[in-house]
Amino acid sequence: MEKRVTFSNYWLAGLFIAPQLFLVFTFFYWPTGQALYWSLTLEPPFGGGNQFVGLQNFMAVFGDAHYWDSVIRSLVFALGTTAISVGFATVLALFADRGLFGHSIFKFAYFLPYAVPAAAVGLAFRFTFTPDAGIFGAVNHIIPGLWDPSRNGGQALFMIMLGQAWKMAGYNFVFLLAGLQSVPRSMIEAAAMDGAGVFRRMRDMQMPMITPTFFFLFVINITDSFVDSFGMIDVMTRGGPSRATELMVYKIYLDGFEAKDYSLAAAQSMLLMLLIMVMTIFQFRYVERRVHYN
Amino acid sequence: MSEISIRGVMKSYGRNTVIHGVDLTIAAGAFAVILGPSGCGKSTLLRMIAGLEKISKGDIAIDGKVVNKLEPRERGCAMVFQNYALYPHMTVADNIGYALKVAGVSKDERAKRVNEVAKSLALTDYLGRKPSELSGGQRQRVAMGRAMIRQPKVFLYDEPLSNLDAKLRVQMRAEIRKLHNQLGATSVFVTHDQVEAMTLADQIIVMNAGRVEQVGTPSEVYRKPATRFVASFIGAPPMNLLEAKVTGRTEVAIGSRHLMTPHHGLANGQSLIVGVRPEDVSSISGETLNVSFVEELGAQRFVHGTFEGQDFVVQQPPSDSSDKPATVVFSIRPETIHLFDAASGLRIEPVSVTAPAPAFA
Ligand SMILES: Nc1ncnc2c1ncn2[C@@H]1O[C@H](COP(=O)(O)OP(=O)(O)OP(=O)(O)O)[C@@H](O)[C@H]1O
Ligand SMILES: [Mg+2]
Repeated sequence: MEKRVTFSNYWLAGLFIAPQLFLVFTFFYWPTGQALYWSLTLEPPFGGGNQFVGLQNFMAVFGDAHYWDSVIRSLVFALGTTAISVGFATVLALFADRGLFGHSIFKFAYFLPYAVPAAAVGLAFRFTFTPDAGIFGAVNHIIPGLWDPSRNGGQALFMIMLGQAWKMAGYNFVFLLAGLQSVPRSMIEAAAMDGAGVFRRMRDMQMPMITPTFFFLFVINITDSFVDSFGMIDVMTRGGPSRATELMVYKIYLDGFEAKDYSLAAAQSMLLMLLIMVMTIFQFRYVERRVHYN
Repeated sequence: MSEISIRGVMKSYGRNTVIHGVDLTIAAGAFAVILGPSGCGKSTLLRMIAGLEKISKGDIAIDGKVVNKLEPRERGCAMVFQNYALYPHMTVADNIGYALKVAGVSKDERAKRVNEVAKSLALTDYLGRKPSELSGGQRQRVAMGRAMIRQPKVFLYDEPLSNLDAKLRVQMRAEIRKLHNQLGATSVFVTHDQVEAMTLADQIIVMNAGRVEQVGTPSEVYRKPATRFVASFIGAPPMNLLEAKVTGRTEVAIGSRHLMTPHHGLANGQSLIVGVRPEDVSSISGETLNVSFVEELGAQRFVHGTFEGQDFVVQQPPSDSSDKPATVVFSIRPETIHLFDAASGLRIEPVSVTAPAPAFA
């Protein structure tokens, strides 16, 4: 039985949690409520109160081919970045865990990207991947027109994927390293005695032991890529060229704040929120229960 | 069958040396037990043989071949770990068969050999289970099976029984020895439990603080402890060790009492340590023990007290009375006495009286 402090005085208890409740309400429930309100209403063209229109905004969203394109794009983006980022972080973590020379410096360095704001990452990547200078300038000099994300949509999306993956790699690295370090040393040694070399041990022992971490990171990365990619897209491509990097979150911004159609944007926000909620529930329900060994 | 020879082996972690030069030969097919208190470097030495720990200095050779630079898998050793170190995500069958899988043995052949090993360890019914679904004793047997299946030249055990309850420990001990006799491989077994060491070993290696104190058969280690440390470590309760001064060629003084000893041939006034096992103390009156408490063990009882201000234990036959006597009389027969140098702690062998004394003595 868990022992806990109980309050007989509910007023005092209420007073204690009030500041927190106030923050949660102001910055989460109130905006969410507003979005819900907007998604169910339409503003008349010449002002006046909003009119309730039921699911009309949602129908408009579902009927829009561009919306479905952005959904597909977002999914490709989410799975792609997650695979790249988690894969890359896994390699880094496996080697950092071996305690090779200088590993504490590497550990620190690998986490740093996560502390960089998305917009700054975007800016850095924009400069790095610019077609007319630096490394890609040199590449384009040899094979003219090979790399140009401002015209080639696939390249633009790939560039943003790399940015997002790079940023999340540090975060993933920390979790994976923690996971690897909780694998009992003697188990790895037993595998070494059984004849397994370094890579074999990574594959047969370490990776399976950190499956729970993998699942956790998959959900976190996918969720993050749905939401957090905004800053990077805004700085690097602004959704272009020709909608090639218009992900769900960026389309919301374009529709709402560029085209000033709050209702349409709000309806899309609700859908995105629903998607993320489903993923979170999936994580709690299945993933956290299924994958453990003891 | 493989001989293991350890030559001048040292191990340091940074500036901290934990093994200070060990020289040792373990005969092919022998069951050697490394015995010593916690932290003396037993595991470190074993792990250097296994290849899990780098050798800072010296050589280890298995079968005459220096293995310092070889990977664990190239040394032909199998190891059983204290916490078993089973693979939690694999079934018992996969745990046992993993070494063969890595070695690229075909699936059928693997299954066949896993079954053989499982049968010999009475694990057949558990092959499909995960380690978390086994009892401690069963896990221990899986760990054994995992070592056996490779048919290694050398078995290394790092306190494999210390997590088992007393009864199971005795049973597994017997099984390990039986297995050793069947397989004929060389076994090196680390423990801090002297009963385990005495019952299992052909050869006991007593270690202390990173050094080998004595190598010998169980009875040698018990009867002729080479150092004061070995004397104080082997035996339960261990040997009584009393500070004494030489007062004659066959006599020492402990406090105000004079004691007959074997002919030691030392100069008068020299300090030494007199050792006598509680079980060797005779009940004939002569000396007096001031009793502090009595340990009743059923088959015998140990009376703890002080003799001339120094701690002393006397073994007595069982007795019906449970009350604690204030004093107990005893005497020490010269032939049961062990002598150790007070400074170096080394054993002093009595001078044989029948043999002619060396001319220069
Ligand atoms: N990785 C390490 N780094 C530094 N010192 C170590 C390391 N491993 C062991 N030591 C030290 O080496 C000494 C011997 O350790 P070892 O594990 O061999 O002892 P042991 O005899 O097996 O003890 P126990 O019976 O408790 O297992 C100890 O003093 C320990 O602190
Ligand atoms: Mg140990």
